Amino acid sequence: MSSIALPRLRTRDQRESLRPFALATPLLLLLFFSFGAPIAALLSRAVYEPTIANALPRAIAALKQDSGAGVPDEPVFLAFAADLKEAQAQGSVQEFAKSLNTRLSGARSQVLRIARNAGQEQATSKEAMIKASPLLGEPRFWAAIREGANRFTSFFLLSAFDLRWTDQGTIGAVPADQAVFVRVFGRTFLIATVVTLSTLALAFPLAYLMTNLRPAIAGIVLVLVLLPFWTSILVRTAAWTVILQKYGLLNDLLLWLGLTSQRLELMYSRTGLIIAMTHIQLPFTLLPIYSVMRSVPPSQLRAAQSLGAQPFTAFWRVYLPQVMPGVLAGCLLTFILCLGYYITPVLIGGASDQLISNFIANYVNAELNWEMAAALSFVLLASTLGLYVTMTRFFGLDLFKMG
Amino acid sequence: MVSTTQDSTARSGLAAGPNLASPSRGSPLDDRAEPAEGRDASAATATRSDNSTRSARSRDETFVEFIDVEKMYGDFQAVKRLRLTVGRGEFLTFLGPSGSGKTTTLNMLAGFERPSQGVITLAGKSVDRLPPYERNIGMVFQNYALFPHMSVEQNVAFPLSVRKTPKADIAPRVRRALEMVRLEQFKHRKPAQLSGGQQQRVALARALVFEPTLVLMDEPLGALDKKLREHMQIELKQIHEMLGVTMVCVTHDQTEALTMSDRVAVFDHGAVVQIGTPHGLYNEPATEFVASFIGENNALDGVVESVGAGQCLVALPGGLKATALSIGDIRPGGPVRLTIRPERIALSAGGGPTDNSHQATVDDRIYHGDHQRLLARLANGQVLTVKVGPEMAAATNETVDLFWSSTDCRAFPASAVADGNQPSIGRAS
Repeated sequence: MSSIALPRLRTRDQRESLRPFALATPLLLLLFFSFGAPIAALLSRAVYEPTIANALPRAIAALKQDSGAGVPDEPVFLAFAADLKEAQAQGSVQEFAKSLNTRLSGARSQVLRIARNAGQEQATSKEAMIKASPLLGEPRFWAAIREGANRFTSFFLLSAFDLRWTDQGTIGAVPADQAVFVRVFGRTFLIATVVTLSTLALAFPLAYLMTNLRPAIAGIVLVLVLLPFWTSILVRTAAWTVILQKYGLLNDLLLWLGLTSQRLELMYSRTGLIIAMTHIQLPFTLLPIYSVMRSVPPSQLRAAQSLGAQPFTAFWRVYLPQVMPGVLAGCLLTFILCLGYYITPVLIGGASDQLISNFIANYVNAELNWEMAAALSFVLLASTLGLYVTMTRFFGLDLFKMG
Repeated sequence: MVSTTQDSTARSGLAAGPNLASPSRGSPLDDRAEPAEGRDASAATATRSDNSTRSARSRDETFVEFIDVEKMYGDFQAVKRLRLTVGRGEFLTFLGPSGSGKTTTLNMLAGFERPSQGVITLAGKSVDRLPPYERNIGMVFQNYALFPHMSVEQNVAFPLSVRKTPKADIAPRVRRALEMVRLEQFKHRKPAQLSGGQQQRVALARALVFEPTLVLMDEPLGALDKKLREHMQIELKQIHEMLGVTMVCVTHDQTEALTMSDRVAVFDHGAVVQIGTPHGLYNEPATEFVASFIGENNALDGVVESVGAGQCLVALPGGLKATALSIGDIRPGGPVRLTIRPERIALSAGGGPTDNSHQATVDDRIYHGDHQRLLARLANGQVLTVKVGPEMAAATNETVDLFWSSTDCRAFPASAVADGNQPSIGRAS
């Protein structure tokens, strides 16, 4: 009996479990087309860069015949000139020059000039070409071309860690004057950590207080906490500008109280940035802690005390372990959000306080180097996911269960 | 300890093992909390007198004393001038409706609330300045307050580990405590993986493992279903007798109070209105409130015609008359309320003095399995509930004669009826 009934039950269960998905189909489609697919397409640019390979089919074929590293032989030069001539005719040479320039600074103008020349006259020989543009005689130019011949590249991801392929084919550090991203990532994580700890230090006692207040008063406090939450982040950041500037409210107050003898540079400084970010992030840390604290019945602490635990022991061994999921969820939420901060560092932070998002925005908007932007975004996304997985694995925390 | 009818029932209930849901092992009492049916009255009386001798002996030594304790919340007097003693080894229950001050009194004893006035002493010493964690009182909370992040074993070990008991001692003591409540096979589970009854027993083991001299219980069985509650009542009583620990229990459930306690203190509006053995409270309620709150009672309103030696003659509406015991200030011409237990009304004159007799017609007959209830309408229209045997056959509208003894019928001054606590037949508990 049961052996017959069981499979039928299972198919029915499957059908029932599919029904919620059917209802969510519009949302899932929206998420896929407006979120998942564009992100995947953009991130893929971090490793897939076919511009050079598309622009130089003949030169790359000739390079494969060529022996050894360094500056290749004449056939490659002639093929290169032919490729540029065609690219010039098709109008794709600008794109190629820009792409090469990301790998080899300063290559853009020379490549454009070679292309112009190639369009006018027949390329004669290797020597003549090197004479016309000395860059062609340098091994690093051809190293960049050889690298670009591969449609899939690790160049941008390595650059995100201030690394590169050396001429010897090993991975090494980029020159110190070009190294920037490790420092920026470090700064981003440092500021996110400081802001997270600051919000925790403020939110934990406040959440505890709210839990123990009468419901009516706790409601008012909650509204006060949430009020800034309901205003635009841009408005709040601008408000902090008013407060933090040299002749602003905070400096007036500090001077009036006699806490400082001269006006502090809070604007365009890390201190000001951390103050503003802490304020903006406070509700994100507070709310998960508060919701978990409210779920711990007051009888828990009473029970611990009646069993002989002193107040601190009761707090440490009974209360804290029970509110820990809320603390971790709130901190994780704030930390992850801090990693992606953009507008507040731009408006309040100084030149040395710009976070990774600013660099990504710069690559997208100003330098049009989407590959580098994609690589930095990928590292940011990967580290965020890694953090989340670590938290769920080691602390048994599940944001999806937090509700 | 003299073995009595009830005790042997209790033992057999325990011997049944962990099957708490076994329906045949309930309380010796029925669901309506009648402590003794008419035919068992003599046996029950014997039981109670045994208990009261024991209580009298243990009560010789006062262990907890409330001396003129008051508790104010703003202008609200939650506890009014309480004087109360608990004997060493006694099982005392605070019984009362919600808001009667019983939990506040318990919390003051536990140390969670401070009295506004008065002193509480524990073993002769004032506990006024002693925080809860230094009182060495075990407490079982209403919803058990087990620590959800700890296993059963860790929960029970908690009071020992915070007392810096050596590790080698903790394990055997935890094991013994869990064996006592028969949960040693569940020691690695989390509280959420246990049933309500098992959680209750973990809470009990945790409150007993550090061998406190006093155990407080706040509605310990309130969250359990009826069958389990009845079983746990017996089990708690058994553990109390085994350990000889003093227990103070708060409940609004009169069945619980009657079955478990040596003595019961009945609370109403912040004051103890009566304290005594379950037998005494049931049979000799001192106020109309106690009469209606504990057990089931019929209530008849009337006017006193004459007062004799401890008795009075009461005129009921419609020209009926009844004699009753005078309780309190009974004066001729004053309004009174008569109370008479359903099981004290007989349908025949045989067996005992029955100096009240009235004709009534049967309105309805309610079958309860082990007994039946007749709703008998007197000539003046008042309806009495009468408890009769399961075989009794009475048709609706049949005329019956009701008999009761004036010693079973108690007359309370009607002014003593507290408003808001209007007595009703079959008051839910």
